[in-house]
Amino acid sequence: MAQTQHWIEPFPHGIYVRPADAWIDPSRPVPRALVTHGHADHARGGHGAVWATPETLAIINLRYGRYADEHAVDYGSSIELGGVRISFHPAGHVLGSAQIRLEYQGETVVVTGDFKRRPDPSCAPFELVPCDIFITEATFGLPVFRHPPTPDEIAKLLAMLHAHPQGCVLVGAYALGKAQRVIAELRDAGFEDPIYLHGALEKMCALYAEHGIDLGELRPVAGADKSELMGRIILAPPSALADRWSRRLPDPVTSMASGWMRVRARAQQRGVELPLIISDHADWDELTQTIRDVAPREVWVTHGREEALLRWCELHQVKARALALVGREDEDDA
Amino acid sequence: MRAFAALITQLGYTRSRNAKVALIADYLRATPDPDRGWALAALTGEADFAAVKSSAVRAMAMERVDPELFRLSRDFVGDTAETVALIWPEMGTPANDLRLADAVDSFASVSRARAPTLLAEYMDQLDSDGRYALIKLATGAMRVGISARLAKTAFAQAFGVDVDAVEEVWHALAPPYASLFAWGEGGPRPDPEGTPYFRPFMLAHPLEDGTVDLADYAAEWKWDGIRIQIVRIGDQVKLFSRGGDDITAAFPDIAANMPVEGVFDGELLVRGQAQMGEAASFNALQQRLGRKTVSAKMLAEAPAFVRLYDVLIDGTEDLRLLPWHLRRARLEQRVTALPADRFDLSQIIAASDFGELGRIRDGARDAAIEGVMLKRRDSLYVPGRRVGLWYKCKRDPLTADCVMMYAQRGSGKRSSFYSDYTFGCWTEDGELVPVGKAYSGFSDTELKWLDKFVRQNTLNRFGPVREVEKSLVLEVAFDSIHESKRHKSGIAMRFPRIARLRRDKPAAEADTVAALKAFIT
Repeated sequence: MAQTQHWIEPFPHGIYVRPADAWIDPSRPVPRALVTHGHADHARGGHGAVWATPETLAIINLRYGRYADEHAVDYGSSIELGGVRISFHPAGHVLGSAQIRLEYQGETVVVTGDFKRRPDPSCAPFELVPCDIFITEATFGLPVFRHPPTPDEIAKLLAMLHAHPQGCVLVGAYALGKAQRVIAELRDAGFEDPIYLHGALEKMCALYAEHGIDLGELRPVAGADKSELMGRIILAPPSALADRWSRRLPDPVTSMASGWMRVRARAQQRGVELPLIISDHADWDELTQTIRDVAPREVWVTHGREEALLRWCELHQVKARALALVGREDEDDA
Repeated sequence: MRAFAALITQLGYTRSRNAKVALIADYLRATPDPDRGWALAALTGEADFAAVKSSAVRAMAMERVDPELFRLSRDFVGDTAETVALIWPEMGTPANDLRLADAVDSFASVSRARAPTLLAEYMDQLDSDGRYALIKLATGAMRVGISARLAKTAFAQAFGVDVDAVEEVWHALAPPYASLFAWGEGGPRPDPEGTPYFRPFMLAHPLEDGTVDLADYAAEWKWDGIRIQIVRIGDQVKLFSRGGDDITAAFPDIAANMPVEGVFDGELLVRGQAQMGEAASFNALQQRLGRKTVSAKMLAEAPAFVRLYDVLIDGTEDLRLLPWHLRRARLEQRVTALPADRFDLSQIIAASDFGELGRIRDGARDAAIEGVMLKRRDSLYVPGRRVGLWYKCKRDPLTADCVMMYAQRGSGKRSSFYSDYTFGCWTEDGELVPVGKAYSGFSDTELKWLDKFVRQNTLNRFGPVREVEKSLVLEVAFDSIHESKRHKSGIAMRFPRIARLRRDKPAAEADTVAALKAFIT
């Protein structure tokens, strides 16, 4: 069996797969990149050749333009680069998000990128992939992070809307993934009214719809007058919550959908009046359960609250190390 | 408990004052006695259980959670109660709701040793909002952005009574305030006659710009001790601090020497040997504060006295609706009946115009003078801070240029920011030694910049504390400097705050410890 440290190496700006001469989610331009998903802290511009799922490439093309040499790899199918067998498996994080499985001389490594385990109507569910080395994220790697059931949070949002008919509820949600998930969850809960969007969310919602995710009727906020927006749910990127943009809305209750909303001070810092704990990342219980389920020989932690996850591994006698990758974790996308 | 937990959670996410008042008022109307009384006690900071302290909360958490994981979580969340509430294993919500009053009864009777177990039993019956609210209630530290005044305003609004009338009797009542709620619902107003209780203080506005006509205002010194109210009724004497806390036990030398009935307003000071028996600095007074008992040695070395400002009630006659100059005349009469070593009169400063007053103020570097008070001669004694009646003008603060050495993450709203800074000055050997710590004075924009500076200039991490590159000069304002044996620099600052960020100034040009020592009073 190969010695992992000889063929796969962590650097501050990405994970290098030596025999394939390829980088996973590198934070600076490289000749060959494997990309787990379309969020900015994982998918950067300027690479030469890029391998990713078709949905991820579509997202990247929409947000940052094209790479010189793009290779779409479907979930479950595999390619070979320099003797390394590489396949992409659903990570359950956002549309197109993948865990990357690498196999070289009998040893298997899985890089999760970002992932979650709970159901999400806007993307394919997480697939458990056995491996020797499990390279995981730890965004919510503290035992205080326990995301409540999503339907409960959606019910809170709808209850607020009904209690506030003369105003509106403004939900801050990251443009890629969170916004579409919140809409899809609302539709699953039977909410059929039109949902209003900040301009920055429109294109990505259209892309999701093209990929078969039914988001129901969406309307732009631009051009709608105050009376039309009364009693409506309005989605905007988190940066717009406290922006002048929101002044056009009728008496908005400020809400935000994010795993960080579990901590009161985080909600208060943003002036959030209705925190919705809806996250696209695994919470503490999911992280630790996934390590148990995968039962790898070793765990590597890419980014997040790695200290606590390492401590958990120590307590459970799992060999683990932190990689300290730079440039990860945009708070808004959690 | 569910209704109370929901209230605490909603208050945390509500910004408007009126909305907060409405939330509390709705709760007080909808909740039965005595639960609502205990809730009101919690919101006004009157609920306190000797056996349940934050150490009990930590001890309880350690039983269930790995200490290292708890420490990392606490560091991130920035609040012990919330960390415990979030980290506690979910047991599923039981059918029966815990009664707030039942929990309060158990907290009041539990022993210190059993407190962690009791608390843990409750934790198992609650969801995370319930756990948070109960821990806050049990430890008496709500910190949910509600002042006692706001909670009383909510009570007044809930039952259509006057908030000042609530304030007037408030300190004669005890939780769960059955007589107060009975009054609210149409019964008689509580009558505390015959007990020595606290009346709300009249306070002053800072005179920031402009002047007033000294023909309308009397000037007196603002003494740097603690504001105190002395109440005698029958043979009972009580001393109350500015917030209405009973501090009688710490100052028996005053309580035992108050022969006159009534309610008096004054400044508590101690005499210093260095001041030849005159008022000593606040630092000297501080040695006597916060004690349950006080030694004979301390009574002899730092004897306390009261410098009287005002009289609210003379005998049983309420003077608060008389103008200040009539109350002052009565006070001057009364003081002659008081022992001179324990009570004197705060003198009126004779100044014909503002320029003269300013010169007198700036010349006064007396250890116990903090500034000047201006009182409208016809002002009635009204509780709280009213525009146009009383003003205070503090001396300009002293400032020094110091270098940031360490930064610590804040708590509460600032839990993700490095917002507490330890700063130092240079010794003669060219070493930087800490001279103080400040966590206020800067804007939100400056805080963001400081936080970024700390993150980008970290040399070492010690838990929540980071040592930083010694390159940033902070202009620190402070009220005074005192000698201190506890600090390596030998000095301690009173009320230090950040006045300006001096990004332009090289660290080597910051002040020296010797320069600071020149300010010692």
